[in-house]
Amino acid sequence: MTRIGVVTFPGTLDDRDAARAVRLAGAEPVSLWHADADLHAVDAVVLPGGFSYGDYLRAGAISRFAPVMGSIVDAANGGLPVLGICNGFQVLTEAHLLPGSMIKNDHLRFVCREQVLSIENIDTAWTRDYARGERITVPLKNQDGQYVADERTLDELEGEGRVVFRYSGVNPNGSRRGIAGITNAAGNVVGLMPHPEHAVEVGFGPDGAKGPRTGTDGLRVFTSVLHALVG
Amino acid sequence: MGRVVVDVMPTPEILDPQGKAVAGALPRLGFVQFTSVRQGKRFELTCEGPVTDEILAAAREAGEHVLSNPVIEDVVAVYADESARADA
Repeated sequence: MTRIGVVTFPGTLDDRDAARAVRLAGAEPVSLWHADADLHAVDAVVLPGGFSYGDYLRAGAISRFAPVMGSIVDAANGGLPVLGICNGFQVLTEAHLLPGSMIKNDHLRFVCREQVLSIENIDTAWTRDYARGERITVPLKNQDGQYVADERTLDELEGEGRVVFRYSGVNPNGSRRGIAGITNAAGNVVGLMPHPEHAVEVGFGPDGAKGPRTGTDGLRVFTSVLHALVG
Repeated sequence: MGRVVVDVMPTPEILDPQGKAVAGALPRLGFVQFTSVRQGKRFELTCEGPVTDEILAAAREAGEHVLSNPVIEDVVAVYADESARADA
């Protein structure tokens, strides 16, 4: 069975939800500990959301130096699929696996809502089970969610098709060009601010077409990587 | 004992949401003299001996690689805090 590692840093909140999403997608979740550099032969890694190290210094800044991150950076450069969600996305930018950074929401308030995203790139390891241009709904909850990068970097991301998820309808945090998630050039490393792992099972997710809490649009992020690994 | 101060500020191009919030609060408290506020970070790095050129160079390197993120912040000053010796 495909083994997907889920990293826990001090202050991580969504590791259990991420592990549950991995299980529901049909893979075996493997707990990875921040202080252990051993990746335990996993086939992919998820960096979940939360407030690692209390967001001290900058969100994700201290986690970047955890022993497990050295191994993840090396493995990611070698092609290992890596997904960073929310704080995990912040860790990936601090680790220089993805460009740009996140600062406080432009409206200065914490935001928690069901957010519509458009899928802009289906060639990554984490989005191949979606259709290009498809709109999905997943929860969004953040304080430092405003994606920023210089204009040249933004133009590069757009030009190379590396914007993977874009906010649809409203821009909930002032992110540049409505960017909700991006990928590296190889397509194996993806980071996004919203939470697909909170929309994977009927009864617990956002409202969907079949009624309240029936939304499971996030599950295909996790099935995508299974198909990418066997394909 | 010596001490080095590293000052980090958000880059001018980046909107500073916290500074904006503080700027909004000041006039409500009667401080109408200020037109804008920018909020940064001050780090105080203490070392065993005096602040040498090597120590300052190390503080500069720490400032660039750890204490700031060049995508959103600039290290605007790195200097020895002369008052530190009196505190010791």
